[in-house]
Formats: sequence, C-alpha cells, structure tokens
Amino acid sequence: MAQSTLLHGVEEPAAAETMDAGERLYVASQWQLMWWRFRKHRLAMAAGAVVALFYLIAVGADFLATTDPNFSDARRSLMPPQRVYWFDGGRFSPHVYAVTGKRDLRTFKRVYTTDPSNKIPVQFFARGFTYNFLGLFPTNRHLLGVGEGHEAAETLFILGTDVQGRDLWSRLLFATRISMSIGLVGVALSLFLGILLGGLSGYYGGFVDGLIQRFIEILRSIPTIPLWMGLAAALPRDWSILQIYFAITIIISLLGWTELARVVRGRFLALREEDFVVSAHLVGCSQMRIIFVHMVPSFLSHIIAATTLALPAMIISETSLSFLGLGLRPPAVSWGVLLQQAQNVQTVALSPWLMLPAVPVIVAVLAFNFLGDGLRDAADPYGQ
Amino acid sequence: MAGYILRRLLIALGTVWVISVIAFVIIQLPPGDYVTSYIAQLMATGTLVTQEEAENLRIQYGLHQPLYAQYARWVWLMLQGNFGVSMEWQRPVLEVIGDRLLLTALLAFAAVIFTWILAIPIGIYSAVRQYSIGDYIFTFIGFIGLAVPSFLLALVVMYLSFAYFGASIGGLFSTEYLDAPWSLARFWDLCKHLWVPALILGTAGTAQLVRILRANLLDELRKPYVVTARAKGLSEFRTILKYPVRVALNPFISTIGYTLPFLVSGSIIVSIVLSLPTVGPLLLKALIAQDMFLAGTIVLLLGLMTVIGTLISDILLVWIDPRIRLEE
Repeated sequence: MAQSTLLHGVEEPAAAETMDAGERLYVASQWQLMWWRFRKHRLAMAAGAVVALFYLIAVGADFLATTDPNFSDARRSLMPPQRVYWFDGGRFSPHVYAVTGKRDLRTFKRVYTTDPSNKIPVQFFARGFTYNFLGLFPTNRHLLGVGEGHEAAETLFILGTDVQGRDLWSRLLFATRISMSIGLVGVALSLFLGILLGGLSGYYGGFVDGLIQRFIEILRSIPTIPLWMGLAAALPRDWSILQIYFAITIIISLLGWTELARVVRGRFLALREEDFVVSAHLVGCSQMRIIFVHMVPSFLSHIIAATTLALPAMIISETSLSFLGLGLRPPAVSWGVLLQQAQNVQTVALSPWLMLPAVPVIVAVLAFNFLGDGLRDAADPYGQ
Repeated sequence: MAGYILRRLLIALGTVWVISVIAFVIIQLPPGDYVTSYIAQLMATGTLVTQEEAENLRIQYGLHQPLYAQYARWVWLMLQGNFGVSMEWQRPVLEVIGDRLLLTALLAFAAVIFTWILAIPIGIYSAVRQYSIGDYIFTFIGFIGLAVPSFLLALVVMYLSFAYFGASIGGLFSTEYLDAPWSLARFWDLCKHLWVPALILGTAGTAQLVRILRANLLDELRKPYVVTARAKGLSEFRTILKYPVRVALNPFISTIGYTLPFLVSGSIIVSIVLSLPTVGPLLLKALIAQDMFLAGTIVLLLGLMTVIGTLISDILLVWIDPRIRLEE
C-alpha cells in the first residue's frame, strides 16, 4: 500500500547502522515501521511490559499463589499483612514469625501477636496445594511457600487475610486471572459488533450509515451504570459461575462497542476513496476480497490500538458491578469481588489492607491507557 | 437552526424510546410477574389467595396480554403519571423516589460546575507554561484521575477522612436538616455537603477536559493572530484570554452531551459508596430486592433526565457557536 506516506515521521531505526538505515527504511514492512516508532515511546514500552506481566500473573496465578483462594478459617479473620524477613543474622534466609490470634474479650476483636522466637522458613519453589500447571499436568510446586513441617495455608499471609480468614495474596492473584480475562472476552465481543456495524456503516454509507450512526448516538447518551445494574440484577440466582461470567461480559459489551464502531467507520470512510481501493475495484476484485485483503490490513493497527484503549473501560465496568454485588458472585474472585469487602468504612479503617485490590485495578487501567496511546501514535502514519 | 434542533429532538425521542424498552425489559426479566410476587407477599402476611383471585388480579393488571400490549399499557399509564407501586415499600413509586431524583440532578450539575471551575484555569496554565514543573504535575494528576474509577476515589477519600479526621463524610445533610422541609438554611447545608461528592465525581471529567483544553490551546497559541495581538502591544493576560482561550473553550460545551451520561452513571455508584440520599442507593436496594417497578422507573427517569440535560446543552451549543448553525 501507500508506503511513502508511512515513511513520514519515522526516524532512522538505529544510529549504529547509519549506512544501510535508509535502505532498511524503504524495504521495511508496515509492521516493522510501526514497531520502530513504538519502540521510541518509552512510557508505552514500559506500560506494555506491565500489561504483559499482568497476563503472565493471570496465566500462572496458581503457581504464584501460596494458598487455595477459597480456603477459609475463622481463627485467622482479618489478619494484618505479615512481614517477610529476608535475612537472619546477616545470612540470606527468608522467614516469617509465627502469629497467634486471640479474641480480645473487651472489644471482641481478634488481636494477633507475632512470636519472634518461632521462625518459619520461607522457601522458593516449595510444596503447597495441588493444581494443574497450565491445565497440563498436576503439581504442587509454588513460587513461594514454607519449609517442610508447616502449611502455607496456616502460616504465610503476605498481604493479610479477609473477614473469613482467606489469604488476600492468593485471592488477589486469582482475581487477576478473572478480571484480566473478562476484559479480553468483553473486548472480543465489542470488537465483533464494532467491526460488523462500523464496517457496514462506513462501507455502504448513505441510509445504512445514517441509521447506524443515529443508533450509536442514542446508545452513547444513555447512562450506562444504572442499565448494567438493572440487567445484571436480573440474572438468575442459580446460574453457575461460568454462565454469570459470560452474561456479565455480554451485558458490558452490549453498550461498549460504540467507540470501536466509530473508529472502524472512520477508517472505512477514509479508505473507500483511496487509489488502491479504487484500482482494486477496477481490476474486478470481489467486494469480500477488497475488504479483507486490501482494506482490513491497512487499518488493522488502528483497530488494535482502539481495542487496547477499550480494555480499561471493560475492567472498570466489571469491577464496579462486582463491587456493588451485582456482577460476579463468590466463590468467583475478581478485583471487584475483593473490593466488595472494603465497602464498609469501619472495616476499612480497622483493616486498611482490604483496599489493596484497588492497586492492581489502577495500575492495569493506567498501563492499558499508556500502551493504547503509544500504539495509536505508532499506527498513525502521519504522526511525529 | 430550527432543522438542527428538530433533529436533536428526534434523537432525544429515539433515546427515550430505547431507554423505555430497556427499562421494560428490566422489569420483565426476573422470573414470575408482578402478581406472583404480590401474592407471595400477601401469603407472607397470612392472607390466602385462591387461584381464581390470582387470575383476576392478572387480568386486572393486563398480565394475560402479549408483551407488546403490556409495554403499551405500561407506557400509557406512565404518561398519565402512574408509575406503578413499589413492592417493597407498598407505596407508589413516585412517592418513594421523592426528591431523590432532584438531588441526583443537583449532584451531577455540581460536578459539571466543579469540572469547569478546575479544568479551565489548569488547562490554560498547562498550555501557557508547557513543560513546566506545574504542567508535569497536573498531567500526572490528570492521568491518575482518569485511571481511578470514581467509586475507588470515594472509598479512599472516605477512608482518609475517617482515619485522619475521625469524621464520616457520607450523606448530604447534617442530622438536624435530614427530614426538614426545604428552606434556605437546608439548601445552604446541602451546599456544604455537596462539594466533596461533586469533586470526587468530577475528577475524571476534569482530567479529560484539561487534556483537551491544553491541546486545543497549544494549537491556537501558535497561530499568527496571537503573534499579531502580541506585536500590537496587548498585555499577555489579555492576549491569551481574549482570543485563543475563547476558541479553545468550545469543547467545554460540546462535550456536555458525553459528560452528562457519564456523570449520572458515576453519581449512582459514588452515592452508594458515600450513602448519599440520591436515587443510587435506592436503585441498588430495589434491584437486590427485585422490586422491579421501582428499579425500572428509576432507570427510566435517570435516562430521561440525562436526555433532557443533553438536549439543553445541544441547544445552548447552537446558540453559542454559530458554526454549527451553518453545518446543516
């Protein structure tokens, strides 16, 4: 396609190879040019690394977790985060102190006291609960665990515990899996609707375009949260976790596809008049071939950028709904489900670590935004 | 201009129609109908209802008719001001909602005002002093503001005020004005409480507007007419405020259409966290109790309110910006 327009704004790829740099620039594919431009965007690169890390955590949640996320024990309710001591008398030997809980008979709160004389060694690649690694083979190795003779489920609480005495660290990791994937599934659905309707709108123009555009305008002027709440609350109580999961993603993406449709339509409108599309018409290409072989590859990068920017909205929507108790329900764990425990001010004031699940929400949303911005700039052939 | 307003009006009507259909779906979705839950309630209080009486009730409420007829009936009743009865409260829905809708509107309105008051000076500062420390600080805060969902912000603010000032910032009125009739003193009390939730609600919008205003103003500042104004000897203050800022301010009005649904949405969830007496907590309670007439009506009224607000802003926009009149 129009290679010459792409060259604008791309500087020499690497200073060390000045000799053939110009030559490389001319033979580089569109994706290579984009990569070079993206690489210069430090913040976006860092954000990309953070996003990759989040997905790695989502994949390896059970390896990183120390305890079964649903293993509860009332005797360990609301335990504060435990400090891990990395050195013991100058020697590297990570350990935690044993903690004993007791109910204060005056305030009826559980108070925890650490016992510095009882050191519990913390080991890497230790044995713990059994799980299927990547769904392939059963194993019981975990990144962190406690030494032989102890149970991680009873002794190791890096981020403390919740009201029911479940380990927050492990729950947070499993929540990452659900929250990050719900964004992906939701975006895939929105993408389907957005490309279909945006494509129809942009390709045919005229009456179809007017109709779809008015419909998008209408959807955009509706306040979304009350609608989501209403639809989510109507889901049957006896549905399984999986059914609720997909129902919630459908509800979120039903109103979330409009922005993607707008981007796709814009690209279609712009490309329709391009020389290479007109000439494809003239040489007798079929409509399908024109759309999928000639048009789609030239705006695929824009779609990827728009998709990245749509992900945080999905994550926030799911978190909000679950936070209100209308989204995913326990025993499913997502960031929103975890934050539900932080709804009460009194609880939060006494155990502020319950607000920790807010951190990954904010970091993930920021990372996706920076990554999306960087991708969009890199995909724009006229950008600086 | 008349054509433009007419087109907007048609879109507004279409929006109201879509919202009404969704609200009707929300009312219809839970298993069983109004009579089923009504009978369950009567049974709970010890009243026995026969099969025949149940059928009569169904006919009386038109529940034996097909869905579209029920929808038409529901709309027709609403046009006459009859929004149905709240199952949980045993009172007409409108009575239950009371002035909560007004308070929701006030909260959204206050958030818009706060957004403007904050975004205009910050945006101008960031553009005029581009790449200064202040600009970087505001950009950073702006990014955080965009990334933190308003309900999380509400949680954090509530925690901080509870932990450090020992005071709960929930609610919109002091205790002595809680059930008092409207008066000037009560309104003043409301204003004193309203700013915290309005600020929380307006943060994301402020961050967005600052970014837009900064970008627009930067474009304008490089134009020759600004150089001319400066060369003429106009003071820096007037040079910037009189021309480029005016042009760059355009998005403030044109984005209300998108901001308003967003703010109303956010106000619901922020109100629930801060337990404000708006329709938010009421909607959540109604949904959890499956009090569908109340929930459906709240969704509908919220949508209606947003549509009216958007329509007003659209009409204001044509009135202020002559370029839009020429467009059509």
